[in-house]
Amino acid sequence: MLKTQSIAFTYDGSHQFRFPDIQLQKGENLLVLGESGIGKTTLIQILAGLLHPMQGSVELNGTNFQDLSSKNLDLFRGKHIGMVFQRPHFVRNLSILDNLLLSLYLSKNKQDKKRATQLLEQIGLGDKLDSKPDQLSQGEQQRASIALAVIKNPDLILADEPTSSLDDTNCQKIANLLKEQAASTNAQLIIITHDQRLKSQFNKSITL
Amino acid sequence: MNIRQLSWRNLISNPLSTILCLLLMTLGVGIISLVLLLNNEVEQQLQKNVKGIDMVVGAKGSPLQLILSTVYHIDNPTGNIPLKEVAKLKKNSMVKSTIPLSFGDTYNGFRIVGTTHAYIELFQASLKEGELWSQALEVVVGSTAAQINDLKVGDTFHGSHGLIEGGVVHDQFSYNVVGILDHCNSTIDKLILSNTESIWKVHGHDSDDHECSDPDHHHEHDSHQEENAMITALLVKFKSPMGFLQLPRKVNETTNLQAAVPRFEINRLIGLLGFGAQTIKMIAIIIMVVSGLSIFISLFNSLKKRRYELALMRVHGASRWQLVKLVLLEGLLLSVFGTLFGVIISRLTLFAVSFFIDANYSFDALSFSLINEELWLFPISLFIGLLASLIPTIQTYNINIPKTLSNE
Repeated sequence: MLKTQSIAFTYDGSHQFRFPDIQLQKGENLLVLGESGIGKTTLIQILAGLLHPMQGSVELNGTNFQDLSSKNLDLFRGKHIGMVFQRPHFVRNLSILDNLLLSLYLSKNKQDKKRATQLLEQIGLGDKLDSKPDQLSQGEQQRASIALAVIKNPDLILADEPTSSLDDTNCQKIANLLKEQAASTNAQLIIITHDQRLKSQFNKSITL
Repeated sequence: MNIRQLSWRNLISNPLSTILCLLLMTLGVGIISLVLLLNNEVEQQLQKNVKGIDMVVGAKGSPLQLILSTVYHIDNPTGNIPLKEVAKLKKNSMVKSTIPLSFGDTYNGFRIVGTTHAYIELFQASLKEGELWSQALEVVVGSTAAQINDLKVGDTFHGSHGLIEGGVVHDQFSYNVVGILDHCNSTIDKLILSNTESIWKVHGHDSDDHECSDPDHHHEHDSHQEENAMITALLVKFKSPMGFLQLPRKVNETTNLQAAVPRFEINRLIGLLGFGAQTIKMIAIIIMVVSGLSIFISLFNSLKKRRYELALMRVHGASRWQLVKLVLLEGLLLSVFGTLFGVIISRLTLFAVSFFIDANYSFDALSFSLINEELWLFPISLFIGLLASLIPTIQTYNINIPKTLSNE
C-alpha cells in the first residue's frame, strides 16, 4: 500500500507546495485533480521517488523512500512503479516490443518475450510489435506507453496527464485501459490530471 | 535486449554520423598503419640485403651511391678498382671473407654480375633448376629476371653494354643459361650471375676485336688482363666487430679506394626517409583527433535529442552507471571499429599496390599480421574514443530526471 505523510516541496525556497496525505490500498484507484502550476507534476515525481520532498515521507509496501540509496531507489522504482506520461516517450531506435524488453531488463525482470507480445496484443497493438515508436499514431503511442508502464507488474501505476492531449474517444479508451491493467495486476493507480472528463470515471478523487 | 545491444542499435540507427565517425577514424588509423607497414617493409628489405656484408670497397665517390649500386643494384657504380689493390685487402687479418663484384652490362635491363659462388650463398639462394656456373660465359639467372625474360636452362643470350637498356650489344659472345634460382625476395632475384672472368672476357674482347682469332695472342691477352684486371667492388665480411672501427678508416685514408659500411649508410637513408614518414604520421594523427572530435559532436548531438530517452530509462530502473556504459560504449565502439577497419584497409591497400605495381614483388607474410608499432594504435584510439565520450558521459551521469521529464 501507498502512504504519504505531510509532503512539502519547494523549488526556490520562497514558494512552497504542500500536498494532502494519501493512503491507498492494493487495487484502489485515485484521481488527483488540479489546475496547471499547482504542483501536479511535482507530486507525481515525489511519489515516483524522482524528487526528494523537503518534508514528509513516502512509503510504498512498507519501504520508505528515504531509507534507500539513490541506486537502490532507481531499482526499486524500476521494479515497483510504472509511469505514464502526458506525451508518450520511448527509446526511439528500438521497436515497441524491444522497448518493453528493455524496460524488463532495466528493472531486472525476466525478459519474457511471450508475455510482452501478449500484452501488446491485449491492448490492440498486436500488429505493431516490430514498429518503431514514430510509426505509431498518437493514440497507439499512448497505449504502448501504458504497456511500457505495466509490463513489469508494478505495485503502483502513476499517470501524469495521460489523456489531456487525446480526443474524447481515445480519452475514454485510455482511462479504461489504465483501470483494466491496474485491476489485472491488483496495482494501485494514481492519475494526476486537470482533465475534468475523467472525474466521472473514478469514485475516489482529491483536488489540489 | 541489454545495454550493449541498445548502443549498437543507436549506432546503426544513425548511419550517416556513424559512417562519418568511422570513416575519419579509419582514414587516420589506415594512413598511420600504412606508413608503418611500408616503413617496416622498406627497412626489412634494406636490412635483409645488407645481411652478411660488413663493408663494401669500391672506387672513390659517394658512399651511399657505392652501397646502392653494389648492394641493391639500383644506382650506377662509382667506377672500377684494380684487382691488385683489392688483393692486399684480402690478406688483412681482420677480413674473414670477400666477394668480388663486376658489372657494367645488362640483358633487357637486368644486370649481369660477375662474382663467385659465395655471392649466391650470401643470399641463401638455392637453385630451382640446373647448376651453378663452372666456366666463363655460363650464367645463373635470378627468378624474376628469368621469368620476365623467359629464360630457361640451355638458353643463350647476348649482353648489352651499359646499365640501361639500349646499349651496344656484345654480339661476339653469348651467355649460356646453366641454372635458375629460387625466388628469395631480395635483389638477387633480378640479377644474372656469372663468374668474374665472363665480364673480363666480354669486355677484353670488345676492346681488341681483331686479336680474337689468334689463339696465342689471346692467351697473352688473358695474362695481361690478370695484371690490370679491374672489378667494380668488393664485399667484405669481418672476423669481428673490431673491423668496423679500423678497416673502413684505414682503407679510406691509406688507399685510393673507398670503403663504405652498408649498415651506417642504410641507417642514414632510413633517417632521411623517416622524416617524410614522420610528417605523414603527424597528418594522420590530426585526422584521428578530428575523428575524435566528430565522435564527440555526434554523441553530444544525439544526447541532446535523447535526453528524455535517458531520463525515461532511469525511470524504468536504469542506474546512472548503466547509462554511462551506454554512452561510453557508443564512443568506444566507433573508435575501436574505426581502428580495426583502418588496419584492415591499410593491408588491402598494400596488397593492391603490390599487386598492381610489381607482380613479382611479394610483401613478406609478416606485414599482414600486426606489427609491433601498430599495437599502439589501439590504446591511442581507445583513448581518443574515451576523451570524446567524456563530456557526454558526464552529462549523462548528472542528468536531472525530474527537470528533463517536466521540460520534455
